[in-house]
Amino acid sequence: MPAPCSACGASLAALRRPKTGHALCRACFLAAFEEETHQAIVAGRLFRPGETVAIGASGGKDSTVLAHLLQLLDQRHGYGLRLLLLSVDEGIAGYRDASLAAVRRHQRRSGLPLHVVSYRQLYGWSMDRIARHLGPRNNCTFCGVFRRQALDRGALLMGADKIATGHNADDVAETVLMNFLRGDGGRLHRGAGTGPAGGEGAVPRCKPLRHAYEKEIVLYAYFQGLDYFSTECVYAPQAYRGYARTLLKELEAARPSAVADLGHSGERLSLRSDLRMPARGTCQRCGYVASQPLCKACVLLEGLDRGLPKLGIGKHRRLRDKLQDGQPLTQEERRHLGAPAEGEPPEEQEPRGELGTDEEPRLQGHVKELIIKPFAEGEITR
Amino acid sequence: MKCKEASPVLVIRVGDAFCKACFREYFVHKFRAMLGKNRAIYPGEKVLLALSGGPASSSMLRQVQEGLSRETAKKLRFIPGIIYVDEGAVCGQSLAEREETLLQMETILQASGFPYHLAHLEEVFDLPSSILQRVPHNPAGPKNSYKEAVEGFIRQQRQEEGGGPSLPERQIQEKLAEISMRDAPGMEGLAAPEARLLAAVRTEQLIRLFGSVKTLTAKEELLQTLRNHLILHTARAQGYSKAMMGDSCTRLAVKLLTNLSLGRGASLAMDTGFSDDRHGDVVVVRPMREYSAKEIAFYNHLFGVPTVFTPALDTKALEKASIHRVIERFLYRLQAEFPSTVSTVYRTGEKLSATPGDASPAAEPERCLLCLCALDTNVEDGSALQAILVSEQLSQQKLPAALPTERGCCPGAEEQRGCCMNTTAPGADFLPLLCYGCRLTIKDTTCLESLPLYVRAEAERRKRRAAMKLEIQEFLLEDEAVTPDES
Repeated sequence: MPAPCSACGASLAALRRPKTGHALCRACFLAAFEEETHQAIVAGRLFRPGETVAIGASGGKDSTVLAHLLQLLDQRHGYGLRLLLLSVDEGIAGYRDASLAAVRRHQRRSGLPLHVVSYRQLYGWSMDRIARHLGPRNNCTFCGVFRRQALDRGALLMGADKIATGHNADDVAETVLMNFLRGDGGRLHRGAGTGPAGGEGAVPRCKPLRHAYEKEIVLYAYFQGLDYFSTECVYAPQAYRGYARTLLKELEAARPSAVADLGHSGERLSLRSDLRMPARGTCQRCGYVASQPLCKACVLLEGLDRGLPKLGIGKHRRLRDKLQDGQPLTQEERRHLGAPAEGEPPEEQEPRGELGTDEEPRLQGHVKELIIKPFAEGEITR
Repeated sequence: MKCKEASPVLVIRVGDAFCKACFREYFVHKFRAMLGKNRAIYPGEKVLLALSGGPASSSMLRQVQEGLSRETAKKLRFIPGIIYVDEGAVCGQSLAEREETLLQMETILQASGFPYHLAHLEEVFDLPSSILQRVPHNPAGPKNSYKEAVEGFIRQQRQEEGGGPSLPERQIQEKLAEISMRDAPGMEGLAAPEARLLAAVRTEQLIRLFGSVKTLTAKEELLQTLRNHLILHTARAQGYSKAMMGDSCTRLAVKLLTNLSLGRGASLAMDTGFSDDRHGDVVVVRPMREYSAKEIAFYNHLFGVPTVFTPALDTKALEKASIHRVIERFLYRLQAEFPSTVSTVYRTGEKLSATPGDASPAAEPERCLLCLCALDTNVEDGSALQAILVSEQLSQQKLPAALPTERGCCPGAEEQRGCCMNTTAPGADFLPLLCYGCRLTIKDTTCLESLPLYVRAEAERRKRRAAMKLEIQEFLLEDEAVTPDES
């Protein structure tokens, strides 16, 4: 028997919202969701008038809803922002090309300027090519590290002051769980995704949707008639985050507020002050933010280019130092770092017909010959 | 392999094989090192051991027995007592089953030679409301260092042995054991039939209370809270200044993730650290925290430590019935695939600190009514808590005038104002007194009148005090010295 909407009491409820369990009609839910996002933006002081904000747009539900909402709320409440869409092409056939098409459709509808940066262009390696050398696991490490830099570089190219990403409450909750499971004190200290707008990268970031449940984002897109691309990345099933995601689903089934509760816990964690935390410096090679002499992206690229893809995965400090000193590695050590076994076919050439960016010319990449200029003095803010 | 002579009997971790003697030494040493490293237990202190009958606490009891019986100067020096809490009523056990369990437990308790207290969870209804107040504690000799305290104690003992009647350790223990072996607070002075009637009433009250809790998660939390209060009360009443809990490393890893999921991130360090001083005078310590469940199981098996199995709240429950259950299953499964999971989670827990980063050291924080942790419910801009409150607000109309009350769950309360308050959700006036985690528990409790009197009385007292403070708010100066019973 249909119930009345608990917000307006007039219409019949069309849905039960996962976050609080109330039954709402379509109009009230859309209004509530938009208002909540607006309040989160205002209370968190995420933006300042006159800022240029690059929205990380993947074509998926979170970034599609985010882009839609930011445009809508900016008009409605006069944030005074200049909005752009920034997309990253990781080079995953069958996944990214389809989602980029969704981004372009959104761009045409919204009229926002769009810029696409690709891994191939920036680093000389697409994710598909990396996966061919690395195997099924640990791909998310590469993709995540590369994406962070790619977003920063893209944002700087477009002249953006801030990057807005579509991370939702489920992402935050999974991150809190994951950081505990992996003992990542550094990330927990920095707020495990619950911290205020600020950033570990060069360009400050914010997550306007971080309190929105994933299901509610889907509900919003559905009732608003938004079109997005939804398929899981082909490399995702083997990711460690999958465990945290399954756990979160089960927790939510036991108690629906668990998603928000985890967010609250993450915010209130307090770590001992006597712990040694990584210090923030710059990469010697490319100038990006790093807590070690080389940033993670450079380490990973180094490994890929030398045919030792696991160089950045796991703890191989001794072997890395050896390489740095120019000493040769034994066959055993090379195997540890993921070198292909004897008799394997030589490294494949990148197929010519890959979908890349429109604007940028394709660049052959070897990290030492990168035409992308390193970050200049002072380009990295805060 | 340590001694390299005897043949190995078990493997703890990859590469760690032990023979029986070496394992025993490793196990015993860990216990003493844990106590010694933390220097929390002073010589001559009375320590209450919380025995559940499960493997970890039984193992803990054995370690205490072993430690006290050594003749060398290195023997443990505190005065132990044991408490066992019978929770059978809540876990659905019949009186006969509970009697059976109690008999088994008594065998173990008497064999230990220590004074023991058998408590029933029903006694929770007779607790004083002072249980919910933190008692500021000035330990006898905070100025003395631990080392001096120990040396002083040894000197004293030597003197006693020199002149006057010397009492070897054994005899002291026997004397202690004679004094009130069996203790049932609240029951003294009642004739047998009256006592039985009272017990039956209390049991019914307890079952009604837990029956009004809607989710298994909330039931588990409530059970833990009440059990802790009962143990605390016994400790206070009998003069124990420490309480030892048998939480193992595995159990603590589960507890860490569970409490994270319950929104108790702020109090993780206190809930899982070695010492927990939220009550002030009685400090809770967890000496078994570095033992994995596997080690404990092996030890108990090899050295014949008796345990008693009692069904718990979630025995035979569905897999996804409670947060606790979900986490436990998850962690065990993940551990099977990544063998370092439990220890990693535990180590992460060790990185936490008990004091929140932004707390001003001087001010005494407001404490939760039920769990006595510092309140973590100040609404900060942009926080998850704020977002939840906004969502709740936007999803509801202004509260309607009067919804018809359901048939009261508290018969007899209808002539007065019904407990299930008409307009607001039940417990709305409790919520400001609670921390985030306890709020969730109370929100799942439908009939708050069935909570024990001490909880409601203390809640009323705090509300009156808060109202008082509100009236005079404009005249109060900041950072006034806080009066002792302000909580």
